[in-house]
Amino acid sequence: MGGSSPCASCKLLRRRCTKECIFAPYFPSDDPRKFAIVHKVFGASNVSKMLQELPVHQRADAVNSLVYEANARVRDPVYGCVGAISYLQSQVSQLKMQLAVAQTEIMCIQMQQDPTNLSTQIENYQDDKPLILSDNNYGSSNIHNNNYLSFVSSSSSSSNVMQDPFKRESYWS
Amino acid sequence: MISGRCAACKSQRRKCPSDCIFSPYFPPNDPQRFACVHRIYGCSNVGKMLQQMPVQMRAQAVDTLYMEARWRIEDPVYGCVKLISQLHQNLNDTESELAKVKALIAFHKLQISQVNELHQPDLDASQSNVEQFQFNYSTQNHYPWFIN
Repeated sequence: MGGSSPCASCKLLRRRCTKECIFAPYFPSDDPRKFAIVHKVFGASNVSKMLQELPVHQRADAVNSLVYEANARVRDPVYGCVGAISYLQSQVSQLKMQLAVAQTEIMCIQMQQDPTNLSTQIENYQDDKPLILSDNNYGSSNIHNNNYLSFVSSSSSSSNVMQDPFKRESYWS
Repeated sequence: MISGRCAACKSQRRKCPSDCIFSPYFPPNDPQRFACVHRIYGCSNVGKMLQQMPVQMRAQAVDTLYMEARWRIEDPVYGCVKLISQLHQNLNDTESELAKVKALIAFHKLQISQVNELHQPDLDASQSNVEQFQFNYSTQNHYPWFIN
């Protein structure tokens, strides 16, 4: 990369794209908007410093998360990603309330059906460990795999990355 | 700023004018706040962002910029995106759990209704049996074929 065609960042910054260009692997020339949006929010020099401080194998993920945040900030200049976090937290909270109600209902039904076996039922219920009782168990599979960007659209285009929390709204309205 | 320079102007080593765009949001007693934001976004980017929004929204914007900057400093690879990912996962897990419990409720309710049906006598069925018997008896009220 950076041989014949300058990367998107060097094109935007109007400079020569060298073989050692730190941006070139992550900002291909066919997606100029991706760098433009990151540059607008964070600035090229800040992004360059951030990438330089990271090992090479982590830079792609860092760039993707920066693009995500930049999109969120452009979409919502006041709240940015914090708006999405707040929205998701309220969705989770509502769902957990519904889950608690449903779990209470199933317990009542089971108690009515088999009142003599109440203590065993309570133990079984607790063993299932409903999520409402384990608030610390946030996506443990993601933590182990460091796959925090799996929810982001697989498309490299930056225009449709930041849709998730707002798309969610249609599920629950 | 009457009492001195704001944290932004102190950091930038410049005079803090009376109309400094940063001074309401970066007081001098909290230099860390501006340092975080400056490190991630840069002074001029923050200034441009603030200029482009109404005054009444700027305080909130600076708060969220500060939060995101802190997350990014704590986790230079994923920043606040890690939390968003975890929330998505939590949402999915809770949805699945809720669907399972609702299915279980539906199953139990169906069981209960089936049990109730079994225990109640089926009056309609027995009534139709009686009617059939009476019909058969009435149609058979003639001399058997071997008797003429």
